[in-house]
Amino acid sequence: MPYDPRAVNFDFSPDQRSLREQARKFLAEHASSARVRRILEGAAPYDAELWRGMAEMGWMGTAIPETHGGAGFGYLELCVLAEELGRSLAPTPFSSTIYLAAEALLLAGSPAQKKRWLPRIAQGEAIGCFALAEGPQVATPGNITTRANGGRVSGTKIPVMDGDVADFAVVVAGEGNRARAGLFLVNLTDPGVTRTSVTTVDPTRSHARLVFDGAAAEPLGAPGAGWPLVERLLDRAAVLVAFEQLGGAQAALDMARQYALGRFAFGRQIASFQAIKHKLADMYVAVELARSNAYYGAWALSKDAAELPVAAATARVAASEAYYHSAKENIQVHGGMGFTWEFDCHLHYRRAKLTALMLGSARRWKDLLVTRLQSGAA
Amino acid sequence: MDFDDTREEAAFRAEARRWLGAHAETKSGAFETWQSRYPDRDGYDGFERAKAFQHKKADAGFAALHWPAESGGRALPPIYQVIYAQEESKYLVPRGYFEIGLGMCIPTLFTYGTDAQKRRYAPAALCGDEVWCQLFSEPGAGSDLAGLRTRAQREGDEWVINGQKIWTSGAHWADWAILVARSDPKTAKHKGLTFFFLSMKSPGIETRRIKQISGASHFNEVYFTDVRIPDGQRLGAVGAGWGVAITTLMNERLASGELRGPDFEEIFGLACSVSLEDGPAIANAAVRERLADLYVKTQGVRLTRFRTMTALSRGETPGPENSIGKLVNAPKAQEIASFAMDLLDMGGVIMDKDTAPLRAAFQESLLTSPGGRIAAGTDEILRNIIAERVLGLPQDMRVDRDLPFDQLPTGAR
Repeated sequence: MPYDPRAVNFDFSPDQRSLREQARKFLAEHASSARVRRILEGAAPYDAELWRGMAEMGWMGTAIPETHGGAGFGYLELCVLAEELGRSLAPTPFSSTIYLAAEALLLAGSPAQKKRWLPRIAQGEAIGCFALAEGPQVATPGNITTRANGGRVSGTKIPVMDGDVADFAVVVAGEGNRARAGLFLVNLTDPGVTRTSVTTVDPTRSHARLVFDGAAAEPLGAPGAGWPLVERLLDRAAVLVAFEQLGGAQAALDMARQYALGRFAFGRQIASFQAIKHKLADMYVAVELARSNAYYGAWALSKDAAELPVAAATARVAASEAYYHSAKENIQVHGGMGFTWEFDCHLHYRRAKLTALMLGSARRWKDLLVTRLQSGAA
Repeated sequence: MDFDDTREEAAFRAEARRWLGAHAETKSGAFETWQSRYPDRDGYDGFERAKAFQHKKADAGFAALHWPAESGGRALPPIYQVIYAQEESKYLVPRGYFEIGLGMCIPTLFTYGTDAQKRRYAPAALCGDEVWCQLFSEPGAGSDLAGLRTRAQREGDEWVINGQKIWTSGAHWADWAILVARSDPKTAKHKGLTFFFLSMKSPGIETRRIKQISGASHFNEVYFTDVRIPDGQRLGAVGAGWGVAITTLMNERLASGELRGPDFEEIFGLACSVSLEDGPAIANAAVRERLADLYVKTQGVRLTRFRTMTALSRGETPGPENSIGKLVNAPKAQEIASFAMDLLDMGGVIMDKDTAPLRAAFQESLLTSPGGRIAAGTDEILRNIIAERVLGLPQDMRVDRDLPFDQLPTGAR
């Protein structure tokens, strides 16, 4: 094993737990099922009122240092918020802006780039997005066709989460003629950018097709930082998204439990049947293992520990699978009602699949995990 | 969130390390056990050596850290037991001899015994002079323990025991035992039980070893023919034995859960060293995916234990959510054994220690791991426990709760 921890304090602090309570209370009111459904069924790409409320609470600046206009708390606090956002299904561009765009700037931004965007992000005045995928196939440094040359980027990115509402994008593009990828910062008001909305399995989060036609692009990070930088960014986001998934998985388990207790069949609560009890027990086990793995990811992220690449991949795999499992079985426990538009089961089912793919599939992360274990063992 | 001991915990860890470094034997390999170095044949040599080590451990004050001082303990919070166990696991120490007595039997005596009994039995158990076993399961009462039929009939100041117990670890060397038996078959099944302790040297007790599928014999059958127990050795009221047994079993869940056979490191090591038809196993996509799944589970359980330790460190009692560890680890052990053998293909069946990797640890585990899914709560019972005690779901509807025990259907027996 890559570590020998002797955890006696492997949990969030009392302050962090009270932040959780505060966030849960706020989201219960401002990101209720009715509010989520407004985005699901309406034309608005995200809940702007909720977004402003979150900004007033100072959430966007949680892990942004005070020198850049943030609150400078840290990643453990951000993980706490992520779990609650995932639980509530909050329809906002938080993950794109904070876990990906702001993290890219913090990781690799020049002082000028940080100064330009981070204070506005922290205030909730700027939305960012991360543009990697290029259609229905896995994105690799070898098959990305978007190209950056002489400060201009050209190519098509789809799906880009929150690409339709973002102010700027962090774009993964090939540099020069060789298959070497790098990160580029693109202001989306540039005339060389065309964006159109894209329908996805989860309409509570908006997505776009971004077409770049010679749009101005600044390199993000040292020349040649390339794909390793993309992987570092994805590792950090993986931990944060794992907490969203964990919150969602717990919510789906809670829903299934509640329904099984209230629903009667064959003259008894369906929660008294072992077929249902064992299903719920298995969901609980999956959620708790994912929770433990996510906590370890949070620890590694907060300390910027050498264990982060392995911890992040582990957290990502566990959380992606636990959320999907929990969401899928929640529908099953609800029976026919779970298949209706009216019940909220499908909201978690959609979000579970979206979050399981948004940073790359579990299949890919498993392969990456074994690669990292090999290099750790070597 | 951090992984550091408190100052007191760190001081205790250092003390444990010093003592173990001076008194415990070092392991020669990851899977070496006390029993493999000192086999229990030819005069019980391993057992006698184990008692000698236990005596030193008790003298140094490490044998029962959370027991009250007057019984030989240090009255420390449970986290200290975890710290000591972490340090001890790096050494070759006796396992399987004293855990039942110290972890289950004597704590039951603490709750239900007289002061005189506590003074008489606790110190002798602590230093290994007297070893205990637990007479609970029966051929017709495993998961449904309350269905047990061993009879306890009162005669004056004594009870007369007739019947059979099974799966009794260590009965063949134990000096004392705790026993739950049926004192009244005419009342409902959970209400007709009474709890005792007795000498295993009592006339009328016969012990037979059970040969397991692995060929080893860790368990026994124990037969009772007119065995007499003084009423003074009854624990709890007549008919209240079920409640006493529950106290004992709650202690069991705290004591069990560690996986002893090959784990992730071993299967990963094997995959890195063997070749398949298309090259190294570690380069095969299907193998990689399963390894990742096993790693994620392994880490999940390890880290969940750290969360439990955190609760212990805060002075909280870990609840039934602790059942996760065994529910995940036991089937995982079986999966790792089978997967490892698959990687060895036709040669995977070889149990010859000089030919099979890791001296046939995977093959041994194939034959021992099914027991892990059954002992101390089957996979299915653990799911019920999680469902009922953690998630608060209702108990299954039962046909046996209110009927007199002797009118319950039993099937062909």
